[in-house]
Amino acid sequence: MASFSVQEDSLKGILPEKTLQTRVPQKKVARVVKPAPSRYRNSIAKYIVRRSSDCIRCGKCVQLCPYGVHVDKSGYKYFAEPRLDLCIGPACEKTNHYCIAQCPQRALRMVENPMMQVLGDYRWTADMILATWKMAETGDIPAPQYGYEYHCGNSGGGFDKLRFRFPDKPPVEIDGDDIDTSIELNRRNDGRPRIRIDVPWYGGGMSFGSVSNITQLAKASTAVAWNTFTCTGEGGYMERLRPYDDHVITQVATGLFGVREETIQRVPIVEFKYAQGAKPGLGGHLLGDKNTISVSKMREAVLGISLFSPFPFHSVYSIEDHMKHLDWIKHVNRRALVSTKVSTPTDVDMVAVGSCAAGTHIVHLDGGYGGTGAAPDIAKKNIAMPIEYAIGKVHAFLEAEGVRDTVTLIASGGIRTAHDIAKAIALGADGVVVGTAELIALGCVRCTRCESGRGCPRGIATTDPELAAQMTVEWGTQRLINLYSAWRKELVQILRRLGLRSVKELRGRTDLLMHLDYSDSAEHKT
Amino acid sequence: MDWREDCARCHNCVKKACVYDRHRQETEYIRNLSDVNALFFDCMGCFSCVQNCTKGLLGLVVNPAYERLGNSYWTPEIIQTTWMQAETAKIPVSGAGYRGPFSGPGFDSMWTDMSEIVRPTRDGIHGREYISTAVDIGRKPSFLTFECERLAGKHPPLVSIPMPLIIDMDSPQHTLPALGPILRETARRTGLIAIVNQHDGSFTRDDREPDLSHVAFHLDPKAPPLPKEVLDKTKLVEMPDSLDVLERIRKLKTTYPDIVISVRIALDSNGCKRAIELADFQEVEVIHVAADLNGNEIGAQNPRFIKDMIREIHTSLVENGRRDEITLIAGGGIALAEHMAKVIICGADLVTINLPLLIALECQLCDRCRPGMLCPAKLERIDFEYGVGRMTNLIAAWHDQLIEVMGAMGMREARRLRGDVGRAMFFEQLEEETFGKLFGTRR
Repeated sequence: MASFSVQEDSLKGILPEKTLQTRVPQKKVARVVKPAPSRYRNSIAKYIVRRSSDCIRCGKCVQLCPYGVHVDKSGYKYFAEPRLDLCIGPACEKTNHYCIAQCPQRALRMVENPMMQVLGDYRWTADMILATWKMAETGDIPAPQYGYEYHCGNSGGGFDKLRFRFPDKPPVEIDGDDIDTSIELNRRNDGRPRIRIDVPWYGGGMSFGSVSNITQLAKASTAVAWNTFTCTGEGGYMERLRPYDDHVITQVATGLFGVREETIQRVPIVEFKYAQGAKPGLGGHLLGDKNTISVSKMREAVLGISLFSPFPFHSVYSIEDHMKHLDWIKHVNRRALVSTKVSTPTDVDMVAVGSCAAGTHIVHLDGGYGGTGAAPDIAKKNIAMPIEYAIGKVHAFLEAEGVRDTVTLIASGGIRTAHDIAKAIALGADGVVVGTAELIALGCVRCTRCESGRGCPRGIATTDPELAAQMTVEWGTQRLINLYSAWRKELVQILRRLGLRSVKELRGRTDLLMHLDYSDSAEHKT
Repeated sequence: MDWREDCARCHNCVKKACVYDRHRQETEYIRNLSDVNALFFDCMGCFSCVQNCTKGLLGLVVNPAYERLGNSYWTPEIIQTTWMQAETAKIPVSGAGYRGPFSGPGFDSMWTDMSEIVRPTRDGIHGREYISTAVDIGRKPSFLTFECERLAGKHPPLVSIPMPLIIDMDSPQHTLPALGPILRETARRTGLIAIVNQHDGSFTRDDREPDLSHVAFHLDPKAPPLPKEVLDKTKLVEMPDSLDVLERIRKLKTTYPDIVISVRIALDSNGCKRAIELADFQEVEVIHVAADLNGNEIGAQNPRFIKDMIREIHTSLVENGRRDEITLIAGGGIALAEHMAKVIICGADLVTINLPLLIALECQLCDRCRPGMLCPAKLERIDFEYGVGRMTNLIAAWHDQLIEVMGAMGMREARRLRGDVGRAMFFEQLEEETFGKLFGTRR
C-alpha cells in the first residue's frame, strides 16, 4: 500500500519552529478486520422467526441451522431470543436445513419484519441500512443469501437508476490483489506533497458539536488505518485529534470557529467550505441545545446560544478574492494542499473552473441532497442540484477547459455504498467524500433527530456526554474499519468485473454505465 | 410503538432506553384519557427502546392513522409538517440529509438555485442586508411621465403586502362558515389580504369590521352591489371572469377609482389563453388564475400542472411586452412554502392559499365537510384565538422559509424573483443535459 506518512525531518524548514515543537507523536492504527457486533441487545433483522408454544424443545432447529439463529442456552427452561440478524430468510427454503419445514412440531414460522417499513427511507432503504450494519459488523460484503437489496436505494433517480454495464465475463482476468484503489490528491506539480490515499474516499466534515468527540476520534482512527483522511468540519480542532494530525483535514468556514494559525499548520490538507449540500447557500447552524460547555469552549462562543456560520464569505466576491484565500492558507502552511468545498448551483462548472484557476488542489462538490447535520427541510429538498448531475457537468467543463488533470474532483452528497462510489467515479469524479454512511455504520437509524434537544438518541451526533458514552472509540473505529474494508472489497469486485486494474481507469467511463430510464441510443465516448 | 405480551417489567425502556422519556410519561398519558394516543404520536422513531428491550418485545410500526391522512397530492408528510409549523411557527429542521424521492411530478421536478462565491451583491440570511418579501398588487405603468418636474397624471392604485401571499376563499369542498372571521383576523394580523365571498354570511356590518383594508371581496355579478361605505374601505376586490368583465371593471372604477380590481380566471383548457388575452386590456390590473386544489388544469383529461401553466402565461406576457404592467396571482396546489417560491420563479407575482390554513387547524382532509358529518378536528367549534394563532404561525413559518430560499439564491427582493427561471433548475432540462447526452432518449 502506498503511504504518505510524514517524516518528521521533512517538516523542518517547512513548518514554523513553534508548530514543530508542539507536534505530538502520531498514532498508528492497524488495518485489521475484526467482528464488531451491534452495541444493542436486539438487532433489527429483515425476517422474524416466531416460535409457538407447540415447541417441545427437541433442539432440531439448533442442530440444523448453520448460521446459529436459534440459541438454546443450557440451564434455561426456554430458548433464548433467536439471533435473527443471522437468519437468511426465504433463501433458506431451498436448503435441507430450513427450520420452518423441518420442525417436527411445525412450531416455527417466518414473517418479514414489519419494522422494515419504518426503518429507512427512499434514499437509505431498510435493506441498505441493514447491509451497511452487516458490513460494519463483519468487514465483508453481505452474502447474497441475506437478500439485501443494497446496491441501489429507492429514490427513483440519479444513482438509483444508474447501473453498471458488466460484461458476461471480465475482458481481462485480473487478480483482486493487483487492483489499485488509490488516488492522488495533488495533481499540480507545485512542489507540495503528492498525497496518495489508499481508497478513493475520505471522511466528510462533521464538526465537534454536530457529532460527539467519540465519533470524531473513531473517524480519525479509521482514516489512519486506511491511509486516508477525516475532516474536522467547522467546529474547532480537538486536542485529542492531534495524534491523528497527518490524516486530518481542517476546515475553514465563514464562522472561523476554532481556526488558528497553528491548527492550519498541523494538517496536510485545509478545506475551505464555501457551501454545504445539506443547506446550500445558508451557511452553518448549530442549534443552541448542542452548544454545550465543551463545544462553546472549543468554538470560543457563549454557552447555549445557536451558532451560525453566516453565508457567504464576505471576503470573497470574486475568483481573485478566492485566490487570496488560497494564497493565505498556502502561505501559512507551506506543505498543505487546499481543498475548496462548494455546493451545486446551476453554474457549478464555472465555480469549479474558477477555483481551479485560483490554485485549489481539490474541488469538492457537495450535492444538494447530502449532508448529515441539522438543516431546514426546505433547503435539503429544494436547493441546489443533486450530485449526480453536477459531477458530469463539472468533469466535462474541466476537460473542455483543458485543466482536468490539474485538479482532483471529489464528490459528496448522497454517496451511500461502494456502488455509489464507483458510479460517481464513472461519471467523472476522482473520488468521493462520505458522511452519512459512516454514521449508519455506527448505528444511526436516520431518525433525523440529530438537531433536537440533547441530540442524537443513538449517541453519535450528540455533544451530551451521557448519550455519547453509548459507544467507545475502539468499537466505533472497528465498525468503520470494517465498513471501509467491505467497501474496498466491493469496489475491487466491480473493477475486476469491468476489467480495470485501477480505480483511476474508471474515471469518466460513462460508457460503462446505463440508465434504466433511457433507451441507450446515444453514442458513448470514453 | 407496539409491544407483545410477556413484558418482564425490567423498566429498561423507562429508565434507560428512551432519551425522550416517553415511556416514563406513559402513566400520565393514560391518566388523562383524552391524550392517551399522544404517547404514540410523540415517539421519535429512534429504535432505542426496541433494541434495548430486555425481552425484545417492542416494535415500531407505521401509524395507520398517519397513513390515512390527506390524499395523493396532500400527502401525510405535507399535513404533518403543516401541523408542526402551525404549532411552532418554526421552519422544519431535521438532520441526516434528505430522505425523499429524487424528484417527482409537479413542483418536485424543480430545484431552486443557490449562489456560490462569485456574485458580489449578495448576502446570506444571517447577513447584514434586509431581504424584502413585499409585493405590489395592481397595474404598473411601463413608464412615468413628468410635467414641471412633477409626476403627470394619476398613478394607478397599488396595494402592497408584506409577503407574496393572499388568503383565498374556501374551496367548495371545504366550506366552514365559522372560519371566515378567523381567516380575516389572520389576514389583519399578518398584514396580508383575505379574499372573501360577498355572500359570506359570517361577514357582518362594517361597525364590526372597522378595518377592511385586509379584505378583498369576491364580487358576484348577479348580486346587488356592496354598500358604498364598505367598498370605500377596501383596497382590492376580485371579479370572476365573464364576457362583460371589462365593462364591469369600468363601471366599478368610475365610482371607486382607487380600488385595485383582480379578475379571477379558472385555469381550465381555455384559462391560459384567456389570461393572456385579458392582459392586453388597459382596464385589467390584476389577473388571478386558479387551478384545482391539486394544482391541475381544471376539467382536463391529461391536465397540465400549475407551474407549467404559469410559465406559459408569464412567457407570453413577456413576449407581448405586458408582463411588467400586470400583476399575476396564482392559486391551486400551493401546499408548502417551497411551492410559493417555485410558482413565483415560474412567473407569478404572488400566490393564494386556503387549504394549508385549514390544515393548520389540524384538518386531516377527510373530505367530510358536509352537514351531518362529524369533523375529526372539530373545526366547527374552533376557538377564535387558537385558530388565528395557528394560521399566523403557519404564515410566519412560510415567510421564514421564503427568506431561506431567497437568501440561498442571493435574492434580496421577492419582486425580483418573479419569472427568474435562471434561479431554478428543472428536472427535464437537467436530465437532458446530463443523462440525455450519455444515454440517449428518455423513455
